[in-house]
Formats: sequence, structure tokens, C-alpha cells
Amino acid sequence: MSDLTNLTLSDARQKLRNKDITAVELAEAHIDAMAQTKGLNAYILNTEEKAIKMAKASDAKLAKGEGGILEGIPVGVKDLFCTKDVRTTASSKILGDFTPTYESTVTANMWADGAVLLGKLNCDEFAMGSSNETSFFGAVVNPWQRQGDDAQLVPGGSSGGSASAVAARACIAATATDTGGSIRQPAAFTGTVGLKPTYGRCSRWGTVAFASSLDQAGPITRSVRDAAIMLESMASYDVKDSTSVNVAVPAYEKALTGDIKGLKIGIPKEFQVDGMPAEIQALWEQGIEWLKAAGAEIHQVSLPHTKYALPAYYIVAPAEASSNLARYDGVRYGLRVAGDNIDEQYSNSRAEGFGEEVQRRILIGTYVLSAGYYDAYYKKAQRVRTLIKQDFDKAYAKVDLMLTPTTPTAAFGIGENIGDPLTMYLNDIFTVSVNMAGLPGISIPAGISANGLPLGLQLIGKPFDEETLLRTADVMEQAANFTALPQLMAK
Amino acid sequence: MSLIQGATGEWEIVLGLEIHAQITSKSKLMSGASTEFGAEPNSQVSLVDAAMPGMLPVVNEFCYEQAVLTGLGLNAEINLVSIFDRKNYFYPDLPQGYQISQFTDPIVGKGIVKIELPDGSFHDVGIERLHLEQDAGKSIHDLYPSQSCVDLNRSGVALMEIVSDPDMRTAEHAKLYVSKIRTILRYLGTCDGNMEQGSLRADVNVSVRRPGAELGTRCEIKNMNSIRNIGMAIEYEARRQVDIIEDGGTIAQETRLWDVAKGETRSMRSKEEAHDYRYFPDPDLLPVVLEQSWVDEIKARIPELPDAKHLRLMSQYGLNSYDANILIADPENADYFEIVAKGGDAKLAVNWVTGDLFGMLNKRGFTIETSPIKAEALGELVGLITDKTISNKIAKQVFEFMLETGNAPAKIVEEKGLKQVTDTGAIEKAVDEVIAANPDKVEQVKQKPKMAGWFVGQVMQATGGKANPQAVSDLIKAKLGIE
Repeated sequence: MSDLTNLTLSDARQKLRNKDITAVELAEAHIDAMAQTKGLNAYILNTEEKAIKMAKASDAKLAKGEGGILEGIPVGVKDLFCTKDVRTTASSKILGDFTPTYESTVTANMWADGAVLLGKLNCDEFAMGSSNETSFFGAVVNPWQRQGDDAQLVPGGSSGGSASAVAARACIAATATDTGGSIRQPAAFTGTVGLKPTYGRCSRWGTVAFASSLDQAGPITRSVRDAAIMLESMASYDVKDSTSVNVAVPAYEKALTGDIKGLKIGIPKEFQVDGMPAEIQALWEQGIEWLKAAGAEIHQVSLPHTKYALPAYYIVAPAEASSNLARYDGVRYGLRVAGDNIDEQYSNSRAEGFGEEVQRRILIGTYVLSAGYYDAYYKKAQRVRTLIKQDFDKAYAKVDLMLTPTTPTAAFGIGENIGDPLTMYLNDIFTVSVNMAGLPGISIPAGISANGLPLGLQLIGKPFDEETLLRTADVMEQAANFTALPQLMAK
Repeated sequence: MSLIQGATGEWEIVLGLEIHAQITSKSKLMSGASTEFGAEPNSQVSLVDAAMPGMLPVVNEFCYEQAVLTGLGLNAEINLVSIFDRKNYFYPDLPQGYQISQFTDPIVGKGIVKIELPDGSFHDVGIERLHLEQDAGKSIHDLYPSQSCVDLNRSGVALMEIVSDPDMRTAEHAKLYVSKIRTILRYLGTCDGNMEQGSLRADVNVSVRRPGAELGTRCEIKNMNSIRNIGMAIEYEARRQVDIIEDGGTIAQETRLWDVAKGETRSMRSKEEAHDYRYFPDPDLLPVVLEQSWVDEIKARIPELPDAKHLRLMSQYGLNSYDANILIADPENADYFEIVAKGGDAKLAVNWVTGDLFGMLNKRGFTIETSPIKAEALGELVGLITDKTISNKIAKQVFEFMLETGNAPAKIVEEKGLKQVTDTGAIEKAVDEVIAANPDKVEQVKQKPKMAGWFVGQVMQATGGKANPQAVSDLIKAKLGIE
């Protein structure tokens, strides 16, 4: 582990400003780390030449005492964000060598703030998955391994490449997206911090859509402070995204005061699911103790419709996806597999271009929107969604935040659950409600499982109150003092 | 009521129309791309129109305003909350794989449109709804033997779909209805109504039934872009349906196309082949919530519409309904007329506008907008007739000179010496001369007073047409002592 790749974003920023290090040195160290961790398959495109160029530009600015809040910071970008002149695939064969002529709003914000692009990160195909095994580019490997067992584990998904690369020190921070838990679950599986902002906080413009009403971009980092800095750059109001919300972006880092005295934390009783492993229950109780010790008040709250969140999610998300993915038809860009007529060309291109999980969700989504089924499925699921939102609204009349586990288990082995979609979907059980209600949520590494794997705790905030969320996460992070390191990280 | 006579008795036609009107706007419904007609293929396509990955639609507020204005012009309810839905189907000229439309909650609800029938009576046609939607691109199948081409210039252009109730009973009703909607849209400036360029097209739903019976099964004739063809297609289709039913058959619900060359409708796709569009609210767009005050502001900007203008032209200018109807067919016609009428007598003005002017425009291939004779100039000419500076007959010569030279009528009259002689001394002299030269005619006219016209003609000839014919006639009658 080189000193440079082990730096947090905030530490690196300080050293760059102090001219203790240069952006080029920092980029080179990470390019080296990317090579060392190639076996993780976290990156599906290496942009090292571009990184050096960008780092040089950052050094020029830093030399003049200028630069944005991410000046010279080497980052990885989930391959769902369109990057101008840089191949963007959503980890799908159907996009082929698609190279956008435009830059997503989120990444454009980051480049404007001085970030340096190391490469594009692997993810589940079109962000559909909870293990990063559905990527056309192959599974991503978790840098963590069970004690005394060298089996390869999944990093979670869909932002598995982002989580794995951050954990393995192959970038300082990464962008990710979260539709049902795709930032928080991989963060929990890799001992990293994953922040899913309020729906509408980051623009969706230029990010390949999975489920438009749920998708939200956010960062994966190695500290809460780093997540705050990343969010400040990524977030913006964007007139090009009608669902983006015109709320000023605060200086999130300033919210990290360390003081949560009197804050009211809700513990939703419905999250105590049957068969939850004892160590997850214990971790949750430990989290409650840390918050109490810091002066917060703990309250039991009820979110009665929680048990319907997952089934409703698996109707709404595929429904939107089935429509969002209709544009990948082989006519204008990406993979085209010719046929004797246009219908055959559609069938051939989509059958060959989409993987099994994506096809499964398109089929489910098409079915639930069909005439005669719409009311029974899609409409009902949207009603459930309204009830879930109302549950949170009622609870937030009494508390400021909620604390839950992020996942019901630690990371599992590659191939273990891939043949069983239902078990796979259960990974999202603690995270989907947050997307259904459009709320901000964060996962922080809070403990280690009996077999040596990281476990995460999730805090859920009020809409657009990422500041309270981050402040509390920062306090918990200090209490947890998570220092364990993964086995397969860059040396 | 006009019914079709079948072999087994009378049949009534029931018609409902869906009119697709392209909104007059500089940019598309959900993107900033231009909407100009006739540009190079695929030159007016934004990233959104081409459905590139990660692109998002943003509602063009101006198009929304145009739809609200149209709704108000159709005496319809404006829905303060409306929702954009996705209509999902695959087609190469539909890049997103769905059309953004409005399904459950359109911007405009129920309204009513009056059509005037040839006998002067009125017939109400209910408007079911008006919703906004994106146009598709254009597929071109005849450029290459084994491939089709797609032009996305139209992709995403804003359309208003105006859905009528099944309130029309004859092809004439449908033609008058389309023409009325077209006129209203042109008045409002929300659609240019150009049917040849496809700015206005109609899908016609046709069914037949025994008078007063339950509705029959309908067929939809798609994409009609001429009022004349709409009439012919309806006549053909209704007759086809009657023949099938009378031969013991049943009508299959289907979509049909009008074959202009063969003068018949033919099947395009059956109900079984119909798409399941899987409508659902577009998650990329929020519901559109309007303030009543905003709607009221738009309401205040509505120009005078055809019905109101018709009434006003009759009351203000004393025109008959027929003339008023000709003028209101196009707001430009009425505006032109009103300027002309400022110059002089309104009845003269309407005759000149709908007679000489329209004749000349037609003959020379001009429109009212491109007319070589401006309304102010024609008004001046009418003024010269009204104040008897020239006769109507001389005015026709002046009109020709105006066309030739572009000069003002007063100047032409002056230069050519065409001024009507109203000086009774001069006229009297001419009259005396004609009487003195024709003693035999004088004798005849005393027997047959109607022959006075011959004397008027002689005097007019002698004065080069410049004498005031009324003054000449009066003088002759006085001198000859006839009534």
C-alpha cells in the first residue's frame, strides 16, 4: 500500500494544496494501483493518458493557488455516466463501443471542480443486480476475503466496480448510482462509505437510465468527510432534468461538526426481519449505543408498509426499465444484429445485446404494464409507494433520522446466488424503501462479521437534509473506528 | 339529416375525428431542436430526439401555452393538473421506443365547436379532449431496395391531438368540422393549418347504423391530409360498410388507409394486430400544475375568433352571412377587408375584396399575404368610388393600372384624367349635344321611356366615361320630360 493510494480525499486535498505532493504523482500512484488490482475486474476502461493530462492541468492550477474542491483528485466513474469521447457501456454488450458526444451533468460538475478521471468502472448490466455478476465484462471481485478462505466474493451491486476500486485503493473516490440499494449495499460489502442522496439532488442528465423515478447518483468513498466533499461537487440543480430539484447545494463538509446532542434517531421496528443473523442484530444495537453515547435520543418508530417495499420495488423498477431500455434497438447506435426484417433485427439485437437479468426485468416490466395487468400490478405498486412515503412522513414528525442495518448479510461468494433471483433480490430489503420514498441514505462500515467481512449500518435522512445525515454518519464513523483492511488491495 | 339509402332501408353514418395539429413553435415539445419544415434530413435532431443514452425530455413551456390557448379557443375546460404518459411501441422512426403523450390526464377536457351548415343552420360538435404528444420521425422505404431510411427531423415535434365526440352524421359535417377547427387554430396562431405539409391531419372513425340504433363497429381511416379526400373517404367507407352488413357480413374493427389513386379505403391492420401501448406516467417528467391566474392571462390574449368575427362583420358592416363567411375563412382575409372598408362603403369593399381582388390573386397565384395590391391601396380605390370621384367601371381600369404600375389609385386617376365629371354644366352641354343630334330618338323615347338608357350611354361615351352616370340619367330625364 503506497502512502499516496491510502490517502483519503480530504488528506490528499490538503497535501496537494500544501504542495507536499503533485496531482501527477497522485494519479500515477493510482494508475499503478489499478494495474496491481486488475484481477478485481473493477475497471472496464482505463483512461490513464487522460488522467495524466488532467492531473497536469490540476497541478498548473494548484501551483497558482487555484482549483476546485476536487482539484487533482483521481476518481473512477461508474460506466453508467456518459463521458464525452470516453466509451460508455452501462456494462452491456448492447451499447458496444458507444462513445458519447456529451458529458453527464454529474461528471461535468466534477471535472469543473478539478477531478481526474482514472477510468470507467464495472457495474451490473444497466445497474440491474446486487452482486455485480450481471456485467457483460464479467463479475467484479471483492477485495475482501473470508478468514482462512480464498474464495472470491462479490462486492455487491450494482456499483460493485466503484466499491471494489475504492476499497482496494484503486481510486480515491468513485461515482455510483443507487436505484434500490446499488450504492449502499456494495459499500457495506466492501467496508466503504456509500451515500445515496435525496431523489432530485443530483441531475440524472447523461446517466444511463435504469428506473427513472428511483435512480440517483452518489459517491462511494473511504470516509464520511470524503462523501460530503464528493456530494458537494456532484450535486446541482439542472434544468435539463425535470426531476432535479432547485434547492441550493450547501457546503456539506461544514455540516460535520461532531455534535449530534439531542438529535432524535428512529429505530424502525419493521426492519427487524425474521431470520436476521445475530451479528447483524448485534451490530445494529452497537450502533444505537454509539449514537446514545454521543447524546442522541433513540425512539422506536413504525414504518408499517415496509414489508411491501421490496415486492412493489420489483414492479416499479422493471416497469420503468422495460420502457427506458426500448431505445436500445440496434437502429441508431450500439450493437446491431441484422435480420430479414425490422422485427427480426430488433429481436436479434436485443436477444444478443442484453444479458439474462436485463431480459428478465424487461419481461417482468412489460408484463406488469400490459393491458389487464396494469391496475393489478403497476398501479397498486405505485399506491404502495405512496403509503411507504406516508410512513416516513409520519415517522419524521417525531425523529430526525433513522438507523438500520444496510444489508441482511455480509458479502457472499461469486456464483452462490446467481441462479436464485429471489434470494438475490432480498439483498435490497433494507435499502429499497429509501429509494421508494426518495430519501437520502448512507451506509458506513461499522463492524466485522465472524468470518472477517465488513458490515454496514445505514442512516436514513429527511428529504434534502443530507447535512444532518452526514453529521451523524461522521460521529458514528469515529465511534466505529473501522480500521480493518481488505486482503486484495493495492500494495 | 342525410341518410344513406341501402338495399334494405336507410342507414345513418356516425363520425368521430381525431385531428393532429402541429403546434406552431420554433422548437420541439421536449427538446430545443428546430421545427422548420423542409430542412435536410436529420439536420434538426437533438440528442433527446435521437434518444441517446441518458437523455431526458424537458417540456417546452411555449407549446404548453399554445395548447392552453387552443383549448380556450375550443370553449374547452383547461385541466390545471395534467400528466405526460409514455405510449410504448417499437418503430424505427420512434427512437425512444415510446411516444410521450397524455393519456389519463390531458391538458384540455371537454369543449364544443359550432359548424354552420349550407342551409344556414348550426350543428354542435363536442370536443372530447385535446392532448399534447410528440410526433414521430419519417420512414422512407423507396430509396434503397432492401433498406429503409429514417428522417428524425419531425421526431419530437409538438402535436395537439383534438378528439371529437361521435357527433357528425355526414361527410359534409366532417369537412365543415375540419375546416372550422383549422380556421380556429389559424386564428389562434397555434397551428398553421397547412395540410399539404402535414401540419394538420385527421384520423376519421366511421361506423354506420340504422337511424337511432346502437353504435355500429367502427373503422378508423388514418392520416387524411385533405378536406376533399376526407369527404370522399367517408362516402366510400360508409357505403362499403352498408354493403357488407346488407350482404349479411359484420364489420371488423380495424385501421384503414385511403388510397387516393384508387379512390377506396383498404385495411392497414386489424384489432388483433393492434399494439398494447403499455401507457404509464413518464417518470422523467413531473405532472404539469398550472395556476388559474396563468390560464386567465392567456385567456385575455385570445384574439377574436371566427364565430364572433362573423357576427361582428354582419352587424358592424351590414354584410350578409355569405360574404361574412368568405371573409372569416382566413383571419388575413377579414383583416384585409376591414382595412379596405375604412376607405369607403363596406358593401363596395366586400365586393371588391371577394370579387376583383380574389379573382386576381387566384389568377396570378398570389395569396392575400403576398397580394401586389395592399389593403390600404384598395381602400383608397373604394374611397374614390364611394365619394364619386370615379365610377365603379373606371375603378376597374384603375385597378389594372395599380397592378401594372404599383401606383396609388388617386395618382393614377389624376395622371390619366379619369376623374368623374360631376360638373353639371359640362354634363348638361354633352346632354344637349346628344339630344340635338338625335331628334328621331327623342321622339321614340317619349313613347318608350326605357330608351333613356341609350341617351345615357351616348353621353357617357361622349365624356369618355367620366361623367357621373346618375347625374347624366337625371339630366336626360329632366330635359326630355320623362319619368
